Amino acid sequence: MAEKWKTGLLGWIDARFPLSKMWNEHLAEYYAPKNFNFWYYFGSLALLVLVMQIITGIWLTMNYKPDALLAFNSVEYIMRDVNWGWLIRYMHSTGASFFFIVVYLHMFRALLYGSYKKPRELIWIFGMIIYVCLMAEAFMGYLLPWGQMSYWGAQVIISLFGAIPGIGDSLALWIRGDYVISDVTLNRFFAFHVIAVPIILLALVVMHILALHEVGSNNPDGVEIKKVKGPDGHPVDGIPFHPYYTVKDIVGVIVFLIFFCIVVFFMPEMGGYFLEHDNFVPADPLKTPLHIKPLWYFTPFYAILRAVPDKLLGVIAMGAAIVLLFFLPWLDRSPVKSIRYRGIAYKAALGMFIVSFLALGYLGGEPATPVLTNFARLFSILYFAFFAVLLILPMFEKTKPVPDRVTSK
Amino acid sequence: MKKRLLPLLLILVPVLALAAEDGVHLDKANIDPDNQQSLQRGARLFVNYCLSCHAAALMRYERMGQDLGISELQVAENLMFTGGKVGDLMTVATDPEDAVEWFGTVPPDLSVIARARGVDWLYTYLRSFYLDPSRVTGVNNLVFPDVGMPDVLWELQGWQKPVITTVKDADGTEHKVIDLELVKPGLMSPKEFDRAVRDLVNFLDYMAEPGKHDRQALGVKVILFLLVFLVVAYLLKKEFWKDVH
Repeated sequence: MAEKWKTGLLGWIDARFPLSKMWNEHLAEYYAPKNFNFWYYFGSLALLVLVMQIITGIWLTMNYKPDALLAFNSVEYIMRDVNWGWLIRYMHSTGASFFFIVVYLHMFRALLYGSYKKPRELIWIFGMIIYVCLMAEAFMGYLLPWGQMSYWGAQVIISLFGAIPGIGDSLALWIRGDYVISDVTLNRFFAFHVIAVPIILLALVVMHILALHEVGSNNPDGVEIKKVKGPDGHPVDGIPFHPYYTVKDIVGVIVFLIFFCIVVFFMPEMGGYFLEHDNFVPADPLKTPLHIKPLWYFTPFYAILRAVPDKLLGVIAMGAAIVLLFFLPWLDRSPVKSIRYRGIAYKAALGMFIVSFLALGYLGGEPATPVLTNFARLFSILYFAFFAVLLILPMFEKTKPVPDRVTSK
Repeated sequence: MKKRLLPLLLILVPVLALAAEDGVHLDKANIDPDNQQSLQRGARLFVNYCLSCHAAALMRYERMGQDLGISELQVAENLMFTGGKVGDLMTVATDPEDAVEWFGTVPPDLSVIARARGVDWLYTYLRSFYLDPSRVTGVNNLVFPDVGMPDVLWELQGWQKPVITTVKDADGTEHKVIDLELVKPGLMSPKEFDRAVRDLVNFLDYMAEPGKHDRQALGVKVILFLLVFLVVAYLLKKEFWKDVH
């Protein structure tokens, strides 16, 4: 506070707006644990992708036409006739998939090190709401190119609301604004995709980060660095986020960009996973594609939906697969945060959960043959079993002693 | 931790093995996008045989000329049959209602067909027409059964006849295998015809994304830059982190 009477432009601003204060609170004097490892890159990377999606999105909007008659061709117009349009479009389409890759790894980190546990429950909740908003954002964005998969994917997903007893059909009709997916649906999805959901996402990201900076970051050892403070009042095992983690995250950003650019420049379709082949055929309400599937980041939940024989129960199971994640902080009662000091049972359970998630992701993208459906049932059960295991684990789990200070490699 | 994950990952193996392939066997197109002569021959075939019914309404004649090394004058004289300006899109004059009457459906726009179907599919499809008197067009197709499109390349390929043989599997189930046999040769030998279709598919692939070549060329530079930047950034990080113990 000695700098209170700073002069010059910064002093002038600081007297009127807490610029230096914010800079210090969130960057220069935000003490983060010094033992962050590989898994801790994905938070800042998620922020990077969000900014990239917003900026490329703004430029796409300048030439995209949200009109059922023009949408498909306007995307190809961007690809062919707009200067650098192809690059902006591929960055946006690849960015969508990379957003989910980064977010899934970010969430996995929380499972590894118990980052959702007390006192970080709200960070986790905000994060989960971000994830759900992101799914809505991606789903509505995927309708905009107005290809066959855009159209029929949206048709299938929105028809799921029809499974809700009583109000289902009118609800689906209300969402579409028409009896089938149509120009009306395209227009409202466009509005949500470019304005409504991004605003909510940005607000949630701010809340996510504010909540994080209030309690401080967790770390691979799952110990609270604030418990051991030096004479200067700062955590002994903490280092200022800036410059230490800013320079470290720049390295992460470049490595990320290398992978990102390999996809953008050399395999933008990613073998039909990032841009589906059927989506290069304009939407045709009269021709149903043989094999309708959602994009890869939704397939685990789609597999759960199809694994349940009853449509309504399937929708409930699919919803539960996401909703249960919200309750992780209260389902997992073990006082030990990090997987490093938990028993073999938790490691096995988490491994089973990840394998189930990946397997369901694969199965959700394949046609539902009887054999594959049985596999989907098996992995759905294993997926849900994880939450049950978490509940009973602390009763018999033998954990290792947690150190008082973080351990360096 | 990682070692313990391995047995769990092994559970995935039977699932992946079930990723069975079905449908007809597709021949590899083996196109060469850098072969400009092949692309030029493909463009000529395209405007002669496809563009009268199918449009490529997202593609401009001008862009095609620039990318394929054909001058504007040559494009206008040799590749544009309906007049118009060289900056025009490759549209067709066919009335959609007429098309439905003639073929039962509107011929799809071919601008991005190579990205929808894949080059192998197109290459096999265009070579798999065979005589079938039960069809209105007199032909059927192995890859796309009961297709509405007539065999427009017949004068080049000639006519093919199906030869059905029954093959027994190891487990005793019988399969019908349809092979095609050339019964009336066309203007081209089978080898020449394969090359012509390859050229055409090469052109369709180019047309589906005219900027592909530039994209890949730029990508090499971008990634080289990032690699250099990575070294600098890593050294900077190392320097800053010297005092973290």
